[in-house]
Amino acid sequence: MATKTIFEKSVKNRKGYTLPKCKIDNEVKKIFPANLLRSDAPRIPEVSELDTVRHYIELSDKNHFIEKGFYPLGSCTMKYNPKINDIVNVLTGFTDIHPMQPEDTIQGALQVMYELQQDLAEISGMRALSLQPVAGAHGEFTGVNIIYNYHKNKGRHRTKIIMPDSSHGTNPATSALHGMEVIEIKSNDDGKVDIKAVEEVLSDDIAGFMLTNPNTLGVFETDVQEIAELIHSVDGLMYMDGANLNAMLGYLRPGNMGFDIVHFNLHKTFSTPHGGGGPGAGGIGVSEKLVEYLPIPVVRKKEYVYYLDYDVKHSIGKVHSYFGNFLVMLRAYIYLKMLGDIGLKRVAENAVINSNYLMAKLRSEYPVPYQKNIMHEFVACGEKFKEYGVRTLDIAKRLLDYGFHAPTIYFPLIVHEALMIEPTETESKETLDNFAQVMLKIAKEAKDNSQLLKDAPQNTPVTRLDETNAIKNLNIKYNFEA
Amino acid sequence: MPFISNTDEQRTLMLKEIGVASFKDLLKGIPSELFIRNPLTLDEPLSEFEITKKVQALASQNINTSGVVSFLGAGIYDHFIPAAVSYVIGRPEFYSAYTPYQAEVSQGTLQFIYEYQTLICELTGMDASNASMYDGATACAESLLLALRHNKNKKIIISSLIHPHYKQVIETYIKPLNPEIVYIPQNNGRIDLEKLQSEMSDGVSAVLIPSPNFLGVIEDLESLEPIIHENKKALFIVATDPLSLLLFNPPGKYNVDIVVGEGQVLGSKQNLGGPLFGFFAVNQKLIRKMPGRIVGATVDTNGQKGYVLTLQTREQHIRRDKATSNICTNESLCALAATVYMVLMGKQGLREVAEQSTIKAHYLNDKICRIEGFEASNTSPFFKEFAIKTSIPPSEIISKLKHKGYFAGVDISKYGYEDQLLIAVTEKRTKHELEAFVYELEKLMEEV
Repeated sequence: MATKTIFEKSVKNRKGYTLPKCKIDNEVKKIFPANLLRSDAPRIPEVSELDTVRHYIELSDKNHFIEKGFYPLGSCTMKYNPKINDIVNVLTGFTDIHPMQPEDTIQGALQVMYELQQDLAEISGMRALSLQPVAGAHGEFTGVNIIYNYHKNKGRHRTKIIMPDSSHGTNPATSALHGMEVIEIKSNDDGKVDIKAVEEVLSDDIAGFMLTNPNTLGVFETDVQEIAELIHSVDGLMYMDGANLNAMLGYLRPGNMGFDIVHFNLHKTFSTPHGGGGPGAGGIGVSEKLVEYLPIPVVRKKEYVYYLDYDVKHSIGKVHSYFGNFLVMLRAYIYLKMLGDIGLKRVAENAVINSNYLMAKLRSEYPVPYQKNIMHEFVACGEKFKEYGVRTLDIAKRLLDYGFHAPTIYFPLIVHEALMIEPTETESKETLDNFAQVMLKIAKEAKDNSQLLKDAPQNTPVTRLDETNAIKNLNIKYNFEA
Repeated sequence: MPFISNTDEQRTLMLKEIGVASFKDLLKGIPSELFIRNPLTLDEPLSEFEITKKVQALASQNINTSGVVSFLGAGIYDHFIPAAVSYVIGRPEFYSAYTPYQAEVSQGTLQFIYEYQTLICELTGMDASNASMYDGATACAESLLLALRHNKNKKIIISSLIHPHYKQVIETYIKPLNPEIVYIPQNNGRIDLEKLQSEMSDGVSAVLIPSPNFLGVIEDLESLEPIIHENKKALFIVATDPLSLLLFNPPGKYNVDIVVGEGQVLGSKQNLGGPLFGFFAVNQKLIRKMPGRIVGATVDTNGQKGYVLTLQTREQHIRRDKATSNICTNESLCALAATVYMVLMGKQGLREVAEQSTIKAHYLNDKICRIEGFEASNTSPFFKEFAIKTSIPPSEIISKLKHKGYFAGVDISKYGYEDQLLIAVTEKRTKHELEAFVYELEKLMEEV
């Protein structure tokens, strides 16, 4: 059943709030000139607290979420979110503090940030960190901005940035925001960066190289050191998109591979929930030569006191109003303190084993074009189902009928009819077995009764939605006049 | 090991099925010199009980604004938030879901975003809203990037009364595209209209006006509009506090092209300044130029109403280097908090919040200006925040009153507003608190 919008539930003069009395005798119209004052009130609904809660609980019931079931979205690292974080995240000592408070009144919060910086620096092998970016793409923005300013500061205008054709869309989009031309190089037969292709495009114009490692095919870039040497030979900078850091924890570090900048997705690797699309946190780590480019302020410690340092020589400035998403950092902090070195290693191990296990279970029906050095995720190809008139989209929608979220589909672009599957370390063998069983069943359905897939989903709050109609008859807000 | 389900026995079984003897075999081919040789230098793992104790201790080291009387603002405000807001955003159905890529199992998220977009349009008087940005500062920056892309002009004009942090973020964002950036000085707390007029020329891409501005003053949008739009290509952008729109004419009424701002006042706590969220609304002609996600209504195969992410060809995952922005993850859960907050407070409650804040702010301003040694920094109309010129350094006032249980305001001397203290008042401050604060200020000045 469709749920009416909250606007259709409004009843004139119904209230859902209480406020203290003002107790000061004055009126707005006595304070301000009439021409400034709003005459037509915005059409905000008038509902009770019960109306409100019921409405949003009814909506919540229509979502798939990690507590409900498996969420194998490739590149998104949908792992379980520990409940302890929900308890701590509402402590007033963390939620009711203002960023302009005197530093001696926020020492506990600054300590969280400082220690998280230290721990992430250790995990990544980077020299220093900024936690200011609030999303992966925001971290990328900060990183590419540092690349831009690094070259500018050296008095040169570098206009080109290299990345493989398997890169996330945010990589070229971020580069374009800096007026840089994207040089996309083809991946080789193993799904890795082709060193020869890098050599061919190498020039004094190259600002840097953006690489995801393991890459979006789930493949570890074994030639990363050679790539770094090439890029560094023209004083370009190596950027690592850290979306897939989960696979490396405790075993491998971007800092040891020649990367100069890496962004962290705290909302992926470090267990903080995705919030239906955010907030996340996308702090960055940098190598020695870029420490003086970090955004201001940087959290530092002097003896026993934590403080905000605004004196950063070549700082790119600010990328956020204040210090970034503090509450998200707090969750990652707790997670890290509970895991330590041994816990992080177990994360990487189980993420990689789960992914390889699932691949082994599925590849008979879902061919995986790139299987060498598969880490935490793999990309299957659904092309063979085309002969039954079935597309990857249909497979994805059919999965919803079985209570699973679908994998990431049609990405990366270099695999046709791609299904990008990332189980994460928190899922059990039983869940993976169930998922594999359903996937194999769907493969059979595709051959025997493809209509089942084309009509999917049926067991969901709505059946397949018409996206073309949504664009053609654009309706992006409630029509009060209708 | 916490949060991992598989047992050692299961791992052995799984490795066997994969066809390898050990986990290390799965890493074959990765150069050995890349591996970390020693354990990472991290603390010994803590149990849930131990970490809880540790973070509770850290929380108690912070002085929180519920234990003092706070007049801190500068973009982040201490407004009341009903319990039902925290309840709804605390539901795992919302907070542990991913971006609604599979619409059929994400109708909860998609419908609230549709409602959110509607509410933002109602407040701002604009035609369309996206699903949220990172914060007010980046929303401002992205609005200018939109303008630079839209009309290809190179001159950006910004009121000097913009939040100084927003100014820094904007410069970081747009400087790589080499625009000419001009800041228009103030005249009695408002942008200097004559100076603005003199800077308007054919090459202007956009004019960004904060209202309320950094000093809390409401700008005269009615007078600004013809000056800016005299140049047909220039976009008129307003950055605003959404609560102010309950009292003052919405920017949409004055032909504004883009309205952006910080949404924290709508149901998010102060959170040391994050998470926050930015809102972004445009007029009809700019819808397809907007950054970020947009939700649209449609129908399913049975003709039943449903919601999907729409106009996605603007976005990075499809358009890559031609996208309108690189934004992917946004601040969706804060937009949910804003939606539930607006709905709960409703038409009357929201207005009451805005009225009480402004009435209390004016009451306090009057009282403070009567104290010898304090005077108003300007005489223009302000919303819930105002700047006071002080005869002793604001830092001294802040430090002395901190010991009396007050966060007296923000010292804006460091931003070029010499000897000025920025004071914000929300509906949460009581008349008694305001009077007690005035008493402390009087005493302080007598001691000087």
